[in-house]
Amino acid sequence: MKSTGKVTGIVSNLVTVEVSGPVSQNELCYVTSGDTRLMAEVIKVNGSQASIQVFESTRGLKNGNDVEFEGKMLEATLGPGLLSSSYDGLQNDLTSMTGVFLKKGEYTRPLDEEKKWDFTPLAKPGDKVEAADWLGEVREGWLPHKIMVPFSFKGEYTVKSVAPAGQYTINRTMAVLTDADGEEHEVTMAQKWPVKVAVKAYREKPRPNRIMETGVRVIDTMNPIAEGGTGFIPGPFGCGKTVLQHAIAKQGDADVIVMAACGERANEVVEIFSEFPELIDPHTGRHLMERTTIICNTSNMPVAAREASVYTAMTICEYYRAMGLKVLLLADSTSRWAQALREMSNRMEELPGADAFPVDLSAIISNFYARAGMVVLNNGQTGSVTFIGTVSPAGGNLKEPVTESTKKAARCFYALEQKRADQKRYPAVNPIDSYSKYLEYPEIQEYLSGIAGEGWVGKVEKAKNIIRRGKEADDQINILGDDGVPMSYHEIFWKSELVDFIILQQDAFDPVDSLTPMERQEYMLNLVLDICDREFRFEDFEECRNCFKEMINLLKQMNYSEFRSANFEKYREQLNNLLDNGK
Amino acid sequence: MANKAFQKVYTHLEAITKATVSLKAKGVSNDELATVDGRLAQVVKTKGDLVTLQIFAGTEGIPTDAEVAFLGEPPTLKVGDGLAGRFFNAYGQPIDGGPEIDGEPRETGGPSVNPYKRKQPSQLIPTGIAGIDLNNTIVSGQKIPFFADPDQPYNNVMAQVALRADVDKIILGGMGLTNDDYLYFRHEFEKAGAMDKIISFVNTTEQPPVERLLVPDMALTAAEYFAVDKNEKVLVLLTDMTLYADALSIVSNRMDQIPSKDSMPGSLYSDLAKIYEKAVQLPEGGSITIIAVTTLNDGDITHAIPDNTGYITEGQLYLRADPDSGKVIIDPFRSLSRLKQLVIGKQTREDHNQVMNAGVRLYADAQNAKTKLENGFDLSDYDLRCLDYAKEYATRLLAIDVNIRIDEMLDTAWELFGKYFSKAETGIRQDLIDKYWR
Repeated sequence: MKSTGKVTGIVSNLVTVEVSGPVSQNELCYVTSGDTRLMAEVIKVNGSQASIQVFESTRGLKNGNDVEFEGKMLEATLGPGLLSSSYDGLQNDLTSMTGVFLKKGEYTRPLDEEKKWDFTPLAKPGDKVEAADWLGEVREGWLPHKIMVPFSFKGEYTVKSVAPAGQYTINRTMAVLTDADGEEHEVTMAQKWPVKVAVKAYREKPRPNRIMETGVRVIDTMNPIAEGGTGFIPGPFGCGKTVLQHAIAKQGDADVIVMAACGERANEVVEIFSEFPELIDPHTGRHLMERTTIICNTSNMPVAAREASVYTAMTICEYYRAMGLKVLLLADSTSRWAQALREMSNRMEELPGADAFPVDLSAIISNFYARAGMVVLNNGQTGSVTFIGTVSPAGGNLKEPVTESTKKAARCFYALEQKRADQKRYPAVNPIDSYSKYLEYPEIQEYLSGIAGEGWVGKVEKAKNIIRRGKEADDQINILGDDGVPMSYHEIFWKSELVDFIILQQDAFDPVDSLTPMERQEYMLNLVLDICDREFRFEDFEECRNCFKEMINLLKQMNYSEFRSANFEKYREQLNNLLDNGK
Repeated sequence: MANKAFQKVYTHLEAITKATVSLKAKGVSNDELATVDGRLAQVVKTKGDLVTLQIFAGTEGIPTDAEVAFLGEPPTLKVGDGLAGRFFNAYGQPIDGGPEIDGEPRETGGPSVNPYKRKQPSQLIPTGIAGIDLNNTIVSGQKIPFFADPDQPYNNVMAQVALRADVDKIILGGMGLTNDDYLYFRHEFEKAGAMDKIISFVNTTEQPPVERLLVPDMALTAAEYFAVDKNEKVLVLLTDMTLYADALSIVSNRMDQIPSKDSMPGSLYSDLAKIYEKAVQLPEGGSITIIAVTTLNDGDITHAIPDNTGYITEGQLYLRADPDSGKVIIDPFRSLSRLKQLVIGKQTREDHNQVMNAGVRLYADAQNAKTKLENGFDLSDYDLRCLDYAKEYATRLLAIDVNIRIDEMLDTAWELFGKYFSKAETGIRQDLIDKYWR
């Protein structure tokens, strides 16, 4: 028996309801207005009055409208067909909607219920299974999509029967499981899971011990992100947040990528819609769209659904992780989600925290980041969700609540800087302020030594130090003038420029330079550090500048050439000559 | 706005503030319009039987026994071909002495376009201004504001851009325009003989500030009619969005909402995004392009209004007075058109991208030389050439009074490169140098 209620008050999308019957926090409900039903979520209960946030425009709603409570929280539907889909924040399939405009109260099914999938059983009758164990497999494009014991099943079950290999739709019963009390449960290909609850159906969550390659040097070399790690990219507008995130989405070494466009520009999503089906995944040679799911709640779509969009995206990631896959979640931007929380907290007349954000903002953000991670599945295989969020700090000032709360939760920090962007030094990641805590993990250090040679982390630290010292020297030169400082200052400064131009800067629009595999990053960093180790004896600063400019030019040409190609070696040769003829 | 016969009229107000009144009423729907002693108002809050109305014209002189009638519908605009060439106030009523529009009433502030149905913007909109066409090319379906200090001639630039742009309709949304500026726009439009493609919704400084909140929705509803129903290319001009945001903060203040940064409402980002995101390239060929003005306080772009705007729009055009050339220029450093890559070199000449980058880079070198000069260091020969180049570049290309075709802009840039620099100093790709160097 579902609880029902009547609308008693409306302020924008916050609606109060007089409820008859029990109601739970975060319960889903529908408000009937004329012939449309609007989805909403309970966010506060006080006596028989429930406050609900409506996920759509409340225009035309009246006091006295009927409300029906669903007895469940907002759920994501999980099953084959998620990959390559484009959803709104509530997991409505955007591609199957009719009309150019989004219609209020139009909800579409997330998965195709007619399509038949090629099923192969993996479990057999008599097997003991628990939540997230694999019962069978279908081919979702290239991806072996596991059909699992639903996450919501508690305790141990015995497999009674599994459907034989064949073609089935998602709602067919694929297996029957018997619980400890002998009761039978039917399992289909699709399952539902409340988006705000973390999926915990795995054996353990160890510390990340590998890095996830992105092909972006300023990340992989300078501040690598771990597979199953968390990172965030704050930056003022126009600093290249979106370009950097798209670069990671295109090149990230992951099996599945979920992009949550949360409260951002619609045309940026259109770019993904039009480019990803064409672009090729550099790791597998397949089209990028074949490994991508888009959750899109752009800035003009209902504000309340922004929060739902990031949770829906995370739930889909956790689902694929349970299949033993490497999943990457990119959310642009978490600030918009925080702003949605602020709008609602404000309407509920809660006492505000800093900048009028809700006081529990920090807790909400760290809970969300904590859902990422590498896990060991029940069968001993591993899967991971790596999460990178962008933050849009108000006024470009990093001392604001969303950036500060995120800094506490995320392990990697990629600070985009206005000054570098103004100088067109892209990606405009500030090399000194940014960090990756993973570089301190012994298991990551060991892993990096394994793939990039002994003492790699030491080399990275050395490069960072060169940048730091170069900046100090530059400050002195600016104060005292070119002639007012010793020659060594010029040399220190130009060595840092060398690291900056060759390692940090990268052309995201160049087909070769945009993607640098780890092997090549290792080669270039060693080469640059080797030059920086040399003692040059220049006559004057003009000679120093010209010599370094020439080296930078040659090394840049190397960056633009295919690795170890004839051109690449030609520039390397020229560089050697320059160094030999030099001091 | 005549009262309908069957509607109940209420005559007792419970509370009055500067912008809102509250009364007990039943069967009222959210966002519905009402009249309070003949003034237009909108439902903004209901709590039990208590309904709060926001009165657009303000509450001065409203008595507690004012007559309140609910109209049963949200704000609408009557749309039809008759809109062309007309001037309206914020309520969509004619202010040019002409007749009422005969057309289908359409709800303003309607739903968003399904992002999956949008098309990627791809049509260049030439303006004749090199600071825009050469360095920050505008594309149909784009949304881009001018960031300008109040003393700069942003309205003139916008009027010029609008009249030169190759579009089917130009829709002006004027918020807090001074009467002089309103008459200026009117005069310019009439002078250009382009009245048949122009529609204006104007709220002047003489009118109540809260009325401004209706203007963008009115303008964009008209724009959607022409872009969606008629597949036309529509250019919407919104000036000044800072005054729009100020009106938002007045209302939220009266509603006892907790302000966030710079005493702006916490929902400022969403409120602005709802307007700017109406810019769209539609699959059937119609498009809405939005060019707006955001006035700055002494060039401060960290203030909540320009800051939120910058996160929403696809770039910004920064107006700045240049002391060296004595002209108002479009600042090549802070200005940005995020969509320019979609058309540069594709709908313009192949050398566009390289010429643009070289021009700005050399201009940046001139700025460094200037800093050196100010700090009392010696200038090299290169520095001196840069300074001369910068002055001519600003005068002949960056200034807002330039009006030439894009090919001429590129030719001018090549001429300046040849006059002041060696081929190597421009850093332009060799094959382009071979073809265009003069």
